[in-house]
Amino acid sequence: MTLLQDLRMGLAFAFRGGKEGWTRTLLTAVGVGLGVALLLLTTAIPAALQARDQRGNDRSDLQPQQLKHATATSILVGNGDTTFGDDDIHGRLVRPEGAKATPPPGLDRYPRPGEMAVSPALADRLNDKDAGLLRDRLPYKITATIGDAGLAGGPAELAYYAGSDDLRYGTDSVHRIGGFGHDAVPGSLDPVLLLLVLIVFVALLMPVAVFVAAAVRFGGERRDRRLAALRLVGADAAMTRRIAAGEAAAGALLGLVFGTGFFLVGRQVAGGLTVLNVSVFPADLNPAPWLAALVAVAVPAAAVAVTLFALRNVVIEPLGVVRTAKPKRRRLWWRVLLPLAGLAALFPLIGKGDDGGDFNAYQVTTGVVLLLTGITALLPWLVEAVVARLGRGNRAPVSWQLAVRRLQLNSGSAARLVNGIAVAVAGAVALQMLFTGVEDDYTRQTGQDTEQAQMWVRASGAGGAHLDERLADTEGVRGTITLNRVSIALKARTEKSTTLTVGTCKALREVANLPSCTDGDIFYISGGYSDKYTKRITAPGSRVYLDPSYEFDKGKAVPWQMPRGARTATKKHAPNDMAREGVLATPAAARAPLASGTITAEAYVRTDPAVSDAADQVRTAAAAVDPLTTVMTLNSTEESNQFAGIRTGLLVGAVCVLLLIGASLLVGQLEQLRERRKLLSSLVAFGTKRSTLSLSVLWQTAIPVALGLTLATGTGVALGAVLLKMAATPVTVDWPAILTMAAAGGAVVAAVTLLSLPPLIRMMRAEGLRTE
Amino acid sequence: MTTSLLTATGLRKIYSGTPALDGADFAIRAGETVAVMGPSGSGKSTLLHCLAGIVPPDEGTITYEGRELSAMSDGERSALRRSRFGFVFQFGQLVPELTCVENVALPLRLTGLGRREAERAARPWLERLEVDDVAHHRPGEISGGQGQRVAVARALATTPRVIFADEPTGALDSLNGERVMELLTAAARETSAAVVLVTHEARVAAYADREIVVRDGRTRSLEPAS
Amino acid sequence: MTIGHTLLGLLEEAGPRHGYDLKRAFDQRFGHDRPLHYGQVYSTMSRLLKNGLVEVDGIEAGGGPERKRYAITDAGITDVAGWLTTPEKPEPYLSSTLYTKVVLALLTGRDAAELLDTQRAEHLRLMRELTKRKRSGELADQLICDHALFHLEADLRWLELTTARLDKLAAEVRA
Repeated sequence: MTLLQDLRMGLAFAFRGGKEGWTRTLLTAVGVGLGVALLLLTTAIPAALQARDQRGNDRSDLQPQQLKHATATSILVGNGDTTFGDDDIHGRLVRPEGAKATPPPGLDRYPRPGEMAVSPALADRLNDKDAGLLRDRLPYKITATIGDAGLAGGPAELAYYAGSDDLRYGTDSVHRIGGFGHDAVPGSLDPVLLLLVLIVFVALLMPVAVFVAAAVRFGGERRDRRLAALRLVGADAAMTRRIAAGEAAAGALLGLVFGTGFFLVGRQVAGGLTVLNVSVFPADLNPAPWLAALVAVAVPAAAVAVTLFALRNVVIEPLGVVRTAKPKRRRLWWRVLLPLAGLAALFPLIGKGDDGGDFNAYQVTTGVVLLLTGITALLPWLVEAVVARLGRGNRAPVSWQLAVRRLQLNSGSAARLVNGIAVAVAGAVALQMLFTGVEDDYTRQTGQDTEQAQMWVRASGAGGAHLDERLADTEGVRGTITLNRVSIALKARTEKSTTLTVGTCKALREVANLPSCTDGDIFYISGGYSDKYTKRITAPGSRVYLDPSYEFDKGKAVPWQMPRGARTATKKHAPNDMAREGVLATPAAARAPLASGTITAEAYVRTDPAVSDAADQVRTAAAAVDPLTTVMTLNSTEESNQFAGIRTGLLVGAVCVLLLIGASLLVGQLEQLRERRKLLSSLVAFGTKRSTLSLSVLWQTAIPVALGLTLATGTGVALGAVLLKMAATPVTVDWPAILTMAAAGGAVVAAVTLLSLPPLIRMMRAEGLRTE
Repeated sequence: MTTSLLTATGLRKIYSGTPALDGADFAIRAGETVAVMGPSGSGKSTLLHCLAGIVPPDEGTITYEGRELSAMSDGERSALRRSRFGFVFQFGQLVPELTCVENVALPLRLTGLGRREAERAARPWLERLEVDDVAHHRPGEISGGQGQRVAVARALATTPRVIFADEPTGALDSLNGERVMELLTAAARETSAAVVLVTHEARVAAYADREIVVRDGRTRSLEPAS
Repeated sequence: MTIGHTLLGLLEEAGPRHGYDLKRAFDQRFGHDRPLHYGQVYSTMSRLLKNGLVEVDGIEAGGGPERKRYAITDAGITDVAGWLTTPEKPEPYLSSTLYTKVVLALLTGRDAAELLDTQRAEHLRLMRELTKRKRSGELADQLICDHALFHLEADLRWLELTTARLDKLAAEVRA
């Protein structure tokens, strides 16, 4: 027979081998399919992120140069971003100034004043029962839906564009643009961030590869028996190998079909999901054609290779399968070489993250892959070596004995199943270390003091004057400190200015140490940046201008006669850490500035922790004062957005990978149980407790997993340390986080054992004895 | 007539619509060997499973030493099987990963004995069944006849009151089969254990003291005309 | 006494009839390879007559033993029943006798299954004895016992097979 005929025969066996053959092919196909789907999704993610970025740029209203004068295409845009609950809402108030103004992406025309266009997700959210505060905050009539092109954040993004004729050029939060969108110069990733991205991808894809390799081996023992039957009718050893290859290829090819299906389904499902605030359009998840082609070729090829590799120690004789009797003790030396080679590859890169130099992506990938592959090579040896020393105790329970003996006889298959988890955990541990190590660099200490105030509201223009009273009446607000600010200068047009801050004595005391205070007093802060200038401004009888014009910005420049009697105050840290300088005035001393319409009101709000929606009450109240108010929740730290994105990606990926591996463990476990059905029933017959058998199943998984996790943690810590050194960051080990990773791996084992218990208990019934 | 050790009356058991047992009666005295014969599919194995408390009958009562099996909890029945009953099946009952002596020691360990004591107690049974030489082999490395002897040794190791043997020689040639039967019945006689012997082979059944026939789920007792 | 019982049974089934008809019925059902001689029939019938198991129902004109019509007596019926329910002594090559018994039981509406089971029990009883002897005996003794056991086992298999096919056989016999 020729090679082709043998392969075809293998294919035929895969599809026409009766129920058993089908089950095996199906298992392989599902396993390979899941792997393929994950590979395709992973390869599609860069494109999806790019598409997101593109949409984000297309609707951007942040432009380096603002227009000074209205044109036929110019638009006034106010930032109406808000937050409802934990959901961020992208919002813009828009007012086209010319007839030719192009609407933002996703809209055909501009909403008229009092109307708004919303994203489908926001439309749904607004209909929710508990969205009353949000409806009050966005009191516009919904007249249109924002199309996909306008939703940078994906289908689940909450976004709106509201029409407004109140927007005026020159106010703080309104700017004039010639059109939406800007050509972003793609900022190249910081080398350390690039390192992170690389490791995330490698750490996620390696377990998938391990999983695919394991899936191809599903049902291998029965396949070997069938091949033995073929030998009996005259096939030679080489032919059986080719037939096995054909069978594996069949499973893998079917797996490709399944994988494409899973991918398409997963893509649709992904469109409906928001994981950790990330949602994507199905259409965005398009793997690059060459990557898809690579997957289509590599997966079946790998399947065949793994099959042949697995058969290398198996001699298929006509009367049965002989595993080269006592398999040689696994040798350690070449298994150690792999991780060592990996370390060797990474070693020269140490310290490169510091001098802004870049890492050789190939070298990093090679090193990490070698190190992680090292785990898959070391683990079988480790399991074999450890298990051989177990089970000698006199009082070890029967369940333990059963599990250990089984592992002693066949530690390889156990190790194979655990390899995936071990690689995933090692990658995750390394990443975790890298993250916590460089976290400080990418997390800004905001310096905000969240004890005294939890929210900060800013309103400019006419509404500012009402902010304080409006907030004071709001449910969930315990107290407010409102400061009204405006820049003041000695000339109407100037480059030098300082700040006038108007507030009650109580409010002023929050930002400065005052000698004494009654309404009508006025102070100047000494020790600020512009001490001298401030003194000149507060000199008796000086005439100042509120909101002076600067070089490009035209201010209102309202003249004001500075009251006499300014006293000295010293500065103090305000809750948002904006160091104060300039003039402080009580309301009675600054009636004219308050009425001038030039001031910006800033309120520090202390909320009542007992009122769960206090933050939303404040936001809605602020929006009622002016839709363009800025509301911030004060936080003590703030992550770099890019950094948060990578971390999110890792979490999403890690969850998928762990689930996938859990699935393969479960399939393997069930397959093993099915082959032992008869034995299980007879053990139950002579009185073995079900708990003993269940425990032995647990041990049987737990022992290799425990070893795998130990090895993975060790390798992960080593890799993490090297990576941190590469990033020139001090090496610290975050044990709780690492334990969490290990626990996640352990949880998968527990879940698998738990899920395999019902079938186990079913098989332990006497029905197993009946099938003969 | 001495009282019965294990009695069953009016057993009915239905597996997916078809009755496997349809009014079966059974009784066995201590030390007695009873052959259960009948065509395949007649319900012999189901009868054995019911008698041993492995599956509960849909109807009917089974009493062992005056205690009703259906009134016991699953745990109690398991404990009963561990301490009072022994089992030999046709094949596939030895744990492939354990050595022969470990297999024989297994039921002893289940009753709480330590590994070393259990294995020490298992050795004489292996000698008794003439398989002492393969004590440290795994089931995959010994012949079918040896395997069945190990299984018999395992069934005897706890010195049970009743041994349930379901086609114990079914996978053996006649010489091996008869040897296994000889050893089984002789050992049972010595320990005055009762044996419920399910078989379709008359020559195997001839090792019993009497036989009952199961046909269409009903038992017929054919007391020898003596 | 097999032929006597067989002829009696046939008489019971079909009612009074001539010796010649009895021979024909016997040959048809049981005499596949060895038809009965006329002489055998007449001598058997006269013995049965002497024992009171049959009576002469009528003699046709012309006289002569061949013209006699026989009928079974109550004693004859009891005798047939007794014969059918008594197991044969298990021995090799019983099948033809057992077969005759089964067919006659079916023909006369008696419980053939019962008959087979009784026979089966008898066989097993002997097998148990032989097995017991074998266990304690010398090798030569064992071999002799085994020979008998294998033959008995063959019978027993036949009994089982026949039991399983009893319904079919009944239908055929009564057809």
